[in-house]
Amino acid sequence: MGKVPAPGVVGPLSTTFFEGPMLPRLPPPLPRPRIPGAWVMMASVTFVLLSGCGASSGAPVSPGPAPSQDPAAGSISAPGSEALTAAEVEAIYRSRIEAARTRFTEADVHFMTGMIHHHAQALEISRMAPERGASSIIQTLAARIINAQRDEIRIMQRWLEDRGQPVPEPHETEAGVRVHGPGHEHMHHMPGMLTDAQIRELTGTRGLDFDRLFLTLMIEHHRGAVQMVHDLFATDGAAQDEEVFRFASDVQVDQATEVARMEQMLSALPSGADAP
Amino acid sequence: MTVPISRPSGAASHVPVRTPARAGILALVLAALLAATACASSTASPGTAPGTSASMASGGATPPSPDPRIGLGAGLLDAEEAIWNLRKLASAPPPRDFIGVTNSDLAFTGPYAVQGNYNGFMIWDLTDPTAPALVTSILCPASQSDVSVYGNLLFVSGEGLEGRLDCGTEGVSTAVSPDRLRGIRIFDISDIRNPEYIANVQTCRGSHTHTVLEHPGDLENVYVYVSGSAPVRPEEELEGCVDASPDVDPESALFRIEVIQVPLANPEAAAIVSSPRIFEDLVAPPIHGPAPADLEMLEEARERGVFAVQIPGTGEVYVLPQEGADRFLAQIVAQRGGSGPPTVADSTALREMLPLMLEQSMAESGFDPEAGPTQCHDITVYPALGIAGGACEGYGLLLDITDPINPRRMDAVADSNFAYWHSATFNNDGTTVLFTDEWGGGGAPKCRDTDPYEWGANAIFSIENGTMRFRSYYKLPVPQTEEENCVAHNGSLIPVPGRDIKVQAWYQGGISIFDFSDPENPHEIAFHDRGPVNPDRMEMGGSWSVYWYNGLIVSSEIARGLDVFELEPSYHLTRNEIDAALTVQWEEFNPQGQPRIVWPPSFPRARALVDQLERSGGMSDARIATVRQVLTNAEAANGAARASALNGLASELRGEAGSSSDSRRVNLLVEAVEELAGA
Repeated sequence: MGKVPAPGVVGPLSTTFFEGPMLPRLPPPLPRPRIPGAWVMMASVTFVLLSGCGASSGAPVSPGPAPSQDPAAGSISAPGSEALTAAEVEAIYRSRIEAARTRFTEADVHFMTGMIHHHAQALEISRMAPERGASSIIQTLAARIINAQRDEIRIMQRWLEDRGQPVPEPHETEAGVRVHGPGHEHMHHMPGMLTDAQIRELTGTRGLDFDRLFLTLMIEHHRGAVQMVHDLFATDGAAQDEEVFRFASDVQVDQATEVARMEQMLSALPSGADAP
Repeated sequence: MTVPISRPSGAASHVPVRTPARAGILALVLAALLAATACASSTASPGTAPGTSASMASGGATPPSPDPRIGLGAGLLDAEEAIWNLRKLASAPPPRDFIGVTNSDLAFTGPYAVQGNYNGFMIWDLTDPTAPALVTSILCPASQSDVSVYGNLLFVSGEGLEGRLDCGTEGVSTAVSPDRLRGIRIFDISDIRNPEYIANVQTCRGSHTHTVLEHPGDLENVYVYVSGSAPVRPEEELEGCVDASPDVDPESALFRIEVIQVPLANPEAAAIVSSPRIFEDLVAPPIHGPAPADLEMLEEARERGVFAVQIPGTGEVYVLPQEGADRFLAQIVAQRGGSGPPTVADSTALREMLPLMLEQSMAESGFDPEAGPTQCHDITVYPALGIAGGACEGYGLLLDITDPINPRRMDAVADSNFAYWHSATFNNDGTTVLFTDEWGGGGAPKCRDTDPYEWGANAIFSIENGTMRFRSYYKLPVPQTEEENCVAHNGSLIPVPGRDIKVQAWYQGGISIFDFSDPENPHEIAFHDRGPVNPDRMEMGGSWSVYWYNGLIVSSEIARGLDVFELEPSYHLTRNEIDAALTVQWEEFNPQGQPRIVWPPSFPRARALVDQLERSGGMSDARIATVRQVLTNAEAANGAARASALNGLASELRGEAGSSSDSRRVNLLVEAVEELAGA
């Protein structure tokens, strides 16, 4: 018997996850699959795996609320039929938030994990701007990228944590940004990721040269992030989760906007070292 | 108190500017100064209060201090709240199926508010605003479920990948599926208790938001502008959706909005009639001009002798880093066969050379000047004036919509702070437009004391002859915690005659009501805020949108449900001003379709303007007392006596307008009194 996957981690069966309809968004109380056997979601599959293997890893197994019969599509709730107490509203709220966290796919996890690494690299090169003598316009840009992507890293970490997934941990030190935890294997397969050589090259520049190379690399990097969102959305079953869709859409829009700005800035830099 | 948010001090020297070069330097200087001033400046209290009289409410001239929004306890339904110049009438949690799922935008019809939710929508009866009654709710998932009402029709936006044509809750399991709905759903709400799903229109990028537009000359149709910001759908899912750039494929779904025509007699036949490419040929527009206060910084920078070059077409200025300047100067020195430090003549030579170097560089780079925005997030239309404000990625567009099928771009602005334009609001006269920068998409805490005032804020522009001129920023003037998603979001005008007042949602930053009558000096006059949803972490919540509707302030709270408020009289907003707003009654209201506010003749309208003249000091105290007495007497009189008294007053006031420091309002008062006399 092989290694027992941690809760929510997809094993070799992952391809089957995308065949059936997704988990109903609303978790009513009784576990009664609408299409028995056809519904799938990661946590439940994990549950099945664990049961099947007689797992005793000691890891907490929480299959999440079982899927059940949908309220009729387009159904109308009886007006005013139900007066919930504050405590009941709060309980439903918490359980629905919990339930929403069971509704994800391997592609979502892969995206969030990879994007933390991707963002960490953006932080690393943005942090160079002040000490490399970048112009103030580049420093403003870098400051905005740092502010935005640090927050987004926190959002992605929280997302993974909530779903019992391993969480990459970027550490910002004077030497740069190092990421501990999972996802390193994807590092260089992600679109827009810069090579160590490219980063070294950037570290060796100052002033105008830094500005030019920074913009060139950051445009490539941002385009990669946009591509990652496109790839995510093109994956069966992915981004059905509200949080993933919203987050990925925001990344896509914000970075596409920044790419346009950076292209203008780049084209406007004074000519290179030969001038005047 | 000191509010630890950096803000360009509002000190207003009225320097007429729009020198692009200056605008750009401003950005740089701002950036440079930002770090230094991040926590140092204080927010000036709005205006100096002229002596209050008996007619003005006693309290509230200055915001409460310390600001009670700081340090509020967390909770879903039991969070601590802070409120100023507002009264909360009710908070209604959503029904069971919608709890824990994002509540989104609002639309209004008759006594009803339609509230979107990522799981569908709810209809509330606000007849008793202290107890909103749920009329019905429709489970039909699609984010963001932005809603609009037109007569018996309800439009709902679908953008997320999980939306289904059959309203099913199970999502869509494949990337390409015939079951997926991304676009507009149309419901018939002629029986408000039983909305009927009658049609949908699929679009290539889905519908993040939409805007309903009535064409004054076309009674048979209504139009819907669809703004989509998500990636383009695969062509296998929806025919004709092309992701390539328009150069490669003229059918590209990029660089355009969709215009849906809905035949009122047969709404089932709704279809896309045009896809205007309002972004095309958008050569990098000028960034906006500096605020007066910023000019001082600009001058200071110039005195320091920076080497700066203006970027053609953008107005942006690139300041040469010191290393670059030193290197170029050394080359100049070498070229003249000299040695040692550069002279003043060398510096001048470099200054003159810079623009040529730039020109050469741009020519070599093969830069594509058409790389403008590819989409709009939201479009606010103002049909009465035939204009629209497009909040389109990094650009704010001013559109001419006199032909609704073919909107035409009049002007475009970009922002030195890399704003992501999100939505637009015009003032009633159409002389000011306010764009919001929804930085981070609304899911991040952008109101911390470490976040710059200019980021995630509103940018306010005046409109003159079809062009926009930057005036100032307005951001929630109180810091929020790390646990609260906060950035500028949706709101609407409060129809107080003589003033431009907006109520705006700031997610978990709460609700802020501010006056932007003077676009250079926007200031807060009321607020409501709660503590975070969760004390330990950021969990989505807060006001998604808040609108004034027939005297109520209605807020869609993402996590908590529907909040209803009314305005409380204060120094900043008198009972007369609130009553004058109440005379404006709409049969329906879609916030993205801005109606022209028309005030019927009323005594509160005249009195509101008198109160404003008292506040502005545009009329002497003695004269104000007399005018108030004449209005009181006229109200007590009837028929010819009333008309005569009012006409007499109007005629006197007309003679006084020229000598008042606030002649605009005196003239508005003349108009109000005359209309009252004729009523």
